[in-house]
Amino acid sequence: MNQHRTDAAAPDLAEEFLDRSTPLRAVRNLLHRHPAISPAIVLIAAVAVFGGLNERFLEPSNLSLVSQQVAVVGTLALAQTLIILTAGIDLSVGVVMVLASMVIAQTTVQNGVPAPLGLALGLAVGLGAGALNGFLVTRLKLPPFIVTLGSLNVFLALTLLYSGGATVRGGDMPDLLTLTGETFSIGGVNITLGVVMMLVLYVALALILQGTAWGRHVYAAGDDPEAARLAGIRVPRVLASVYLAAGAILAVAAWIQIGRSNAASPNTGVDLNLDSITAVVIGGTSLFGGRGTVWGTLLGALIVGVFRNGLALVGVDVLWQTFAVGVLVIAAVSIDQWIRKARA
Amino acid sequence: MSTGDSGSREPVLQATGLVKTYGRVVGLDGADLDLYPGEVLAVIGDNGAGKSTLVKCLTGAEIPDEGEIRLEGRRAQFKRPQDARAQGIETVYQTLAVSPALDIAANLFLGRELRKPGPLGTLLRVVDTKRMRRRAEEELAELGITTLQDVTVPVENLSGGQRQAVAVARAAAFGSKVVVLDEPTAALGVRESRQVLELIASLRDRGTPVILISHNMPQVFEVADRIHIQRLGRRAAVITPQSHSMTDAVAIMTGAARA
Repeated sequence: MNQHRTDAAAPDLAEEFLDRSTPLRAVRNLLHRHPAISPAIVLIAAVAVFGGLNERFLEPSNLSLVSQQVAVVGTLALAQTLIILTAGIDLSVGVVMVLASMVIAQTTVQNGVPAPLGLALGLAVGLGAGALNGFLVTRLKLPPFIVTLGSLNVFLALTLLYSGGATVRGGDMPDLLTLTGETFSIGGVNITLGVVMMLVLYVALALILQGTAWGRHVYAAGDDPEAARLAGIRVPRVLASVYLAAGAILAVAAWIQIGRSNAASPNTGVDLNLDSITAVVIGGTSLFGGRGTVWGTLLGALIVGVFRNGLALVGVDVLWQTFAVGVLVIAAVSIDQWIRKARA
Repeated sequence: MSTGDSGSREPVLQATGLVKTYGRVVGLDGADLDLYPGEVLAVIGDNGAGKSTLVKCLTGAEIPDEGEIRLEGRRAQFKRPQDARAQGIETVYQTLAVSPALDIAANLFLGRELRKPGPLGTLLRVVDTKRMRRRAEEELAELGITTLQDVTVPVENLSGGQRQAVAVARAAAFGSKVVVLDEPTAALGVRESRQVLELIASLRDRGTPVILISHNMPQVFEVADRIHIQRLGRRAAVITPQSHSMTDAVAIMTGAARA
């Protein structure tokens, strides 16, 4: 280490102390600047390992399956990313999607509403749920965790009351509603329109977050709300708009979910909120807000999908799959904590 | 009342007879303040003398009960800090109010981003990152801030002094009429404070009048052109570093002497 200096050299010593870099620190600073690197490495490693363990993993039919499994969770995780960027969390994403999908399916099938109007009603449900969560968070200044824990139960009850617990079959629906389940083939891999729709949303949101003032304000509001306020940003307004945007994304997720399962069921997808949070966190977005990218979330959603699918192919019990995903989350949060210490 | 050569000119910012009470506590009791073009006016005073209340009234964080504020001769009323900012009064806080994860250029333009020209900017509201970076570099160069070379560095990678330099640059940019610095060096070390003091001097050299609220007498005497001493909710005296010593200033502050 450094030898002792005289007092006169103290400032230089301090400077050296700041700039002293070990290889580990260099890695940490790199990960700090590019949070998508670690999930990319994990995804490549996971694909390599599962591909090596079971040759069926990399077959086109299996890759199709993975992509379809990722479409719904990936879209929910996109909404979740927006909210986590503002240092919030949304436990109600899964159930809002299910409620929207039931409204879309029932209004069209049972009430004879035209399919486009049914989808618009689903969008209204998503926006309404987002407005409610946003109102409670910004106006009543309640913590997002508590707000969405409450709204999770409220929307769950509404879903079951409204649907009567009954599933609407895809065969009874107009074609427009199950359009998201239609497939086309690229090199033997069947891609659904739902997957394409999810990717379009990712590209759009990435451009908006990077390229507009609103996107920057979302990051600033999550990073340090007080500093954002002093810079003249109306933080409550930004937060409310984030919950609204998330609600709109959830309505699209509802459409994708209907196509994916070729049905609208009040029981499928309610528990996907945890998978969505997992995808966001694994994707390198900080639970403390202000840090992360939607591409990291896409990688995170892919990692969750690959882990669940790969472990199933290798013959691991479904409970151990859940165990593995849980370990993955805790590891990701630990790494996030470590990275945040970089030059802080 | 005022000393030196500034008496003949019109004040940029003028407060007369400001009164602000919080219940039975009197924050301001008929306080006056005059800020002239191109000067650094330090505001000092003991705790409870009303300096922060005075500054909050000037920057829109508080609304005075009585009295009036004039900016460039025109009556001004600020209901929120945004109002004061919109009229050209920028404030730098001691808390290093910057967004850590955003880069220097994004922080400089936070809340007033430049948009791209044409329909991309007006219709799709796309921000012009390149132009903001270029303007940020120009702004920093003009202020003589040499420690911030790369405006694409996230602010969290900067030292406290550099962060405060970003905050000062943000306040000084965009043709602001007055820059108010509220204890800008309170959270900083010795060398970092020096950087901020040099920045204050270069702000003045550019012609931007500065109000500096500080507890630090040596810093005040080093950088200020005039020193406003606040006592018991009003202006007790205005002195200059040439006319009075630090001991005199403390005596006036505590009421042991009159100006």
